[in-house]
Amino acid sequence: MNGSGSSFAKPGYEPGPPLWLLAELTYRCPLQCPYCSNPLDFARSHEELSTAEWIEVFRQAREMGAAQLGFSGGEPLVRQDLAELIEAARGLGYYTNLITSGIGLTEEKIASFAEAGLDHIQISFQAADEEVNNLLAGSKKAFAHKLEMARAVKKHGYPMVLNFVTHRHNIDNIDQIIRLCIELEADFVELATCQFYGWAELNRAGLLPSKEQLVRAERITNEWRDKLAAENHPCKLIFVTPDYYEERPKACMNGWGNLFLDITPDGTALPCHSARQLPIEFPNVREHSIEHIWRHSFGFNKFRGYDWMPEPCRSCDEKERDFGGCRCQAFMLTGDAANADPVCSKSAHHGKILAAREQADHGALGLDQLQHRNEKASKLILKV
Amino acid sequence: MTTWPGSNLPTGETMMMSDIQLTQIPALRRGFRFQWEPAQNCHVLLYPEGMIKLNESAAAVLTEVDGTRSVGAIVADLQARYPEAEGIQEDIVAFLEVAVERFWIELR
Repeated sequence: MNGSGSSFAKPGYEPGPPLWLLAELTYRCPLQCPYCSNPLDFARSHEELSTAEWIEVFRQAREMGAAQLGFSGGEPLVRQDLAELIEAARGLGYYTNLITSGIGLTEEKIASFAEAGLDHIQISFQAADEEVNNLLAGSKKAFAHKLEMARAVKKHGYPMVLNFVTHRHNIDNIDQIIRLCIELEADFVELATCQFYGWAELNRAGLLPSKEQLVRAERITNEWRDKLAAENHPCKLIFVTPDYYEERPKACMNGWGNLFLDITPDGTALPCHSARQLPIEFPNVREHSIEHIWRHSFGFNKFRGYDWMPEPCRSCDEKERDFGGCRCQAFMLTGDAANADPVCSKSAHHGKILAAREQADHGALGLDQLQHRNEKASKLILKV
Repeated sequence: MTTWPGSNLPTGETMMMSDIQLTQIPALRRGFRFQWEPAQNCHVLLYPEGMIKLNESAAAVLTEVDGTRSVGAIVADLQARYPEAEGIQEDIVAFLEVAVERFWIELR
């Protein structure tokens, strides 16, 4: 355990402020999506921060410069104190975002959150098609309820982001998905091909779309963009491709501990939502201040700057652009988090990415072979 | 703030001809919030999961956008505050055009 007095800050390196605070209020969730970004062993963690502890986290992070606050999970609506947390955060000057599946949302809650000062609600959908949606979410009534809640969100005057996680089993419906979002009057639509962390990594062979599927989906999205622009329609379509089809890695999180601060349900602070799987000790807000965590902790300084990089990153002239990519992906695919992200064609492990693309073209897994994210599966994984 | 920074207002690459009328009333689009951020030492425009850092001129214009005053009133007010500034009306209208084009503000 690092004492509060010790500092792992890198001399001469000044991290940016933690502008984005993600509050993962709980790992509890009524859905069982097979691409969930929560850790596989989430069942290990049951000690959630109290209302007062969360508000203290918000206060300290705001002082450090955090301006955007996302309430996430799990399903944040499971927390009975959500309205209280929203009100406290809004009072501190945050732009408050509720990131929800919509399950557990009611019109009364939508109204009470508005009164508490909630700025925005994002609802995630599993697919535009009712049957696929319900199958993926592991719930029979999910889709109809989400539609009803999306309409209620607009009715109560919120801006609305609709988030569709796309993968090989729903990406071919992208035209239908966009049509639905426009009909629901979404202000922003995120068409995010799932990124392979947590449960999505476990299910990658059943989720990664083929190149052909992706190209088609992007073309249809661009056709919609042209159409919306011609009508001067305010809806913005955001298309996120999986990095498995890139030759250079993403500038993950805009650099390690440089913008994004994630607090997990038990108070562990992470530089991104999936960093918990790394063999690195991360600090907890129950033991350290946010200032100490951000500036001085071992975990947040581990991959700051460039001196930790081995080759090919160390001598690469693109390292300041992409920071060597994603540490979690490097760890998952090469066993060493300091390695170049294998998405990069300069990585000695790039073959793993090529093999995954190959598998997406031939021999991908079916919908019925996906491992749903639930407590039972998580406990089984813990025992392995 | 005593001098009008003027020329560093953001302008769109594909700007349309001006169709903003001085009688129109600009208002922030629903879900957009304009505020001062001490940690960044600048004004920002916050919206769902996003943030735009504003330079001083953009901030000076958006400070005036309250959903009740017209473009003409905003121009007159800023002209009075920055009497030395030349072409301030063109600057303000150009910025508002960009802000409308990017759906930050709406005109009524």
